[in-house]
Amino acid sequence: MNFQLPNLDPVTPELVMTSVALVILLLDLIIKRKEIVALLSIAGVLGVAATLIGSSGTTFGGMFISDGYSTFFKLIFFVNVILSVLISIKYIAVEKVNYGEYYGLILFATIGMMLMASAADLIVLYLGLELMALSTYVLAGFIRHEARSSEAALKYFLLGAFSSAFLLYGISIIYGLTGTTNIQAIAAFIVERGLAGKSALLLSVMLLTVAFGFKIAAAPFHMWAPDVYEGAPTSITAFMSVGPKAAGFAVLGRVFMVAFASVTVDWSKILILLSILTMGIGNVVALSQTNIKRMLAYSSIAHAGYALLGIIAANNEGLASMMSYMMIYAFMNIGAFAVIIMLRSEGFKGEGIYDYEGLAKHHPLAAALMLIFMFSLTGIPPTAGFVGKLYLFMAAINAGYTWLVVVAVIFSAISAFFYLRIVMFMYMREPRTEVGLTTSAGTGVVLGITTVAVLFIGVFPSYLLGFARLALAGF
Amino acid sequence: MEQVIMNQLGYPILTTIIFLPVLGSLFILIMRRSWELPVKWIALTTSVLTFIVALPLFTDFDKTTHKMQFVERHSWIQQWNINYYLGVDGISVLLVLLSALSAILCVLISWDSIKTKVKEFYIAILLTTAAMIGVFCSLDFFLFYLFWEAMLIPMFLIIGVWGGPNRVYAAIKFFLYTLVGSVLMLVGIIVLYLYSGRSFDILELTSKSYPYSMQLWLFWAFFAAFAVKVPMWPVHTWLPDAHTEAPTAGSVILAAILIKMGAYGFLRFSLPLFPEASKAMTPVMLTLSIIAIIYGAVICLGQTDLKRLIAYSSVSHMGFVTLGIFALNIQGMEGGILQMINHGVVTGALFLSVGIIYDRTHSRQIADYGGLATVMPTYAAFFMVFTLASIGLPATNGFIGEFLILLGGFTANKLVGVLAATGVIIGAAYMLWLYQKVFFMQTNQKILGLPDMYVREALTLAPLVALVFWIGVYPNSFLSFMHPSVENLLQRVNTAGGIQEISVAKAIMEVMFR
Repeated sequence: MNFQLPNLDPVTPELVMTSVALVILLLDLIIKRKEIVALLSIAGVLGVAATLIGSSGTTFGGMFISDGYSTFFKLIFFVNVILSVLISIKYIAVEKVNYGEYYGLILFATIGMMLMASAADLIVLYLGLELMALSTYVLAGFIRHEARSSEAALKYFLLGAFSSAFLLYGISIIYGLTGTTNIQAIAAFIVERGLAGKSALLLSVMLLTVAFGFKIAAAPFHMWAPDVYEGAPTSITAFMSVGPKAAGFAVLGRVFMVAFASVTVDWSKILILLSILTMGIGNVVALSQTNIKRMLAYSSIAHAGYALLGIIAANNEGLASMMSYMMIYAFMNIGAFAVIIMLRSEGFKGEGIYDYEGLAKHHPLAAALMLIFMFSLTGIPPTAGFVGKLYLFMAAINAGYTWLVVVAVIFSAISAFFYLRIVMFMYMREPRTEVGLTTSAGTGVVLGITTVAVLFIGVFPSYLLGFARLALAGF
Repeated sequence: MEQVIMNQLGYPILTTIIFLPVLGSLFILIMRRSWELPVKWIALTTSVLTFIVALPLFTDFDKTTHKMQFVERHSWIQQWNINYYLGVDGISVLLVLLSALSAILCVLISWDSIKTKVKEFYIAILLTTAAMIGVFCSLDFFLFYLFWEAMLIPMFLIIGVWGGPNRVYAAIKFFLYTLVGSVLMLVGIIVLYLYSGRSFDILELTSKSYPYSMQLWLFWAFFAAFAVKVPMWPVHTWLPDAHTEAPTAGSVILAAILIKMGAYGFLRFSLPLFPEASKAMTPVMLTLSIIAIIYGAVICLGQTDLKRLIAYSSVSHMGFVTLGIFALNIQGMEGGILQMINHGVVTGALFLSVGIIYDRTHSRQIADYGGLATVMPTYAAFFMVFTLASIGLPATNGFIGEFLILLGGFTANKLVGVLAATGVIIGAAYMLWLYQKVFFMQTNQKILGLPDMYVREALTLAPLVALVFWIGVYPNSFLSFMHPSVENLLQRVNTAGGIQEISVAKAIMEVMFR
């Protein structure tokens, strides 16, 4: 028997990452101080990031691709995982769930995301998606002794399983139509046989939209997000609000822009509707939230709506704007969660927005940083949030969707109200109770990195923009 | 480069005056919370230094050309073709100087009245100053928008943290109103950017011509941003709240500079970018101006709160400014620009004056005063000067500005001139009535024994008194700055092609679904 090993270069980061995750899982049995496990995970991820450099190409018979697009998303995932682990160290000790599997699961979820970004075949896409989803289900319910957390996990799991079913159904219809699951081959087949406009194809597009819409928390598939974000451990909420969303956008971009390139007209209509609904529901419902994690859940829904503009534009510029936005969102959102996590201390939840009243009086630095993140999420210059939105809007207008951008900016102005409310509470109210901050080196580092990133990208976006464009060079 | 004159000084003057306040605020940032006095001195030094550095703009300005001067240009974000591009011309140079001056006054007037979060307050004041100067100097749309929006953050905090009892409501209202306007302008900016082949260069954009339907849409998109800032009727309702609740320094910044940004926007962007649409919309703009003038003035008659009265008088006076601008002739436009400066000086001074007695009595109610002239005679004299300037008495600056505007208004349309003139009359009524109630009549027992103005307070107001008479007696030293720029602008507007008839439906189709 002649067995030839496929080219493993493109898949090196995933392989190394898997080894790191397995080692971390085993080390947990030996090392009693979990901080060390956390730091080793970060070191591992940094090592994996280094292997990205030599990993371009396709392998496994065209099922797996490593290109600029996937590399860019993998960097977002690495930023996400490193920052999330750093804010977790102290937090999971406070929550008394300091178990080693925690870091292992985070790494496994990240492997899933990496596979999704690199999937050139719908089967690989599904595998990655499930790996990511199953790990995050467990993580969402990690605070075992709290009903809220278990509820979040169960809800996430049930709805997630449902959406996976939609995905599989969609994939099977495509397979039935084209006889392949390879993304490139699907595109070629649709063009060759003139399948564009066939209702079966449209149905599969819609089924995939449902599945991906669930992952990016786009309305009307967002129902899980507020409950899960609220119930999950805050560090996991931060992790989930960026990672799976970015991964969802990665597959959405690749599948819709490559496989369904010839039916852009059809799916862009669906996505436009989705985008308006998402921005509307996210921003309007966020106005009435009193729990900050819930509020940020709706805010995260709304941001998915903005980022959809990049896909709707259906060109490389749109993709680049969506990718830049995801990177920017990772920094500003995790930054905000780092502040939220500091408010959690032994015997004090610190999740109500009223807990922020008068924060600036006793903790001016924390308040000032929160102010920066809130303004960045609103999209006020000179923060990164503004640059990200501007890029999305430019791409959408260039593609001819001026009216959609007008809708987006109006919702974005509405969003100012609930972000500002946090600022208002921090600076313009007297503190009701003495709020202590749980500070740690980890959160300090995260706040440092995110603040610098948000301001630096806000003033000097060239590097990020250039990088996003470069990543799309051969897409 | 033909259109601009590169910086004729040996150092980047505009960058310096924008970033000196930023530098000052960074210094304050590293100060200890308890070191209040050093913080104040740093703020004062920075603002005075900024003003001194800005003075060559006044002395070395070339008044014979409409071209941009003191220009600095550096590549910034290559991917989007964005440059760090600064320059001033006859329209903006005086506003830059006024901004620099107002920063000093704001620091001085807040010396004793701001007692909480002192450090943050002066940081906010300095950052606002930097952003305001930046707005007037920017020649790149991205840079402009960055300053335009960034200024909202410190201003929101100034109103909301150090303001009066109803400050939070006022701050949020201010922020949301201006934000909604601004984001619509942002869409307009992006449309222009893409249409012009990806350029944010304001000078390049204002020298191109655009299809009429596009002009019309974009005119309204920009109108949304500028009308809210000016503020024009009917989007003025944030202003009385914000002016009234803001601390004195905040009111001064709002009145003297911030609301000028709207009128400046009309001059710098709306008119040269969309000349045909501007011409077509003149009747609407004139009507809105007239409504603002008369409505604002009539509302003033019914006010019982000192700051609210002055705030509504701003609505009326800014109505004059927009009237002058959209009269689209040289008298009106120069009057409008001069009136922007005048209003900044006079209304700024009035808010400073109110701040002075508010610090003593903590009341803004007109009914709580009376006979103040016997208790604080020096103060009464200062206030009289500003009252008369606000009314527009000859030999004060208000007269020159309003006279030119009325002249321009009459030239444009007789009825407009007549209606605007009634605004002047009502203006005299409410200001004199205010002065009478506060300074004359029965002396109110509550105000007996109030100390007269301190030297610091007199020093704050003195430069403004000087300006009132300087502009009033020899306006040419200021008008001469504007002539070439205004002429050039009017030429651009008036030589633009005739107005084409166009169906609204077609316009929608062209812009929205192009």
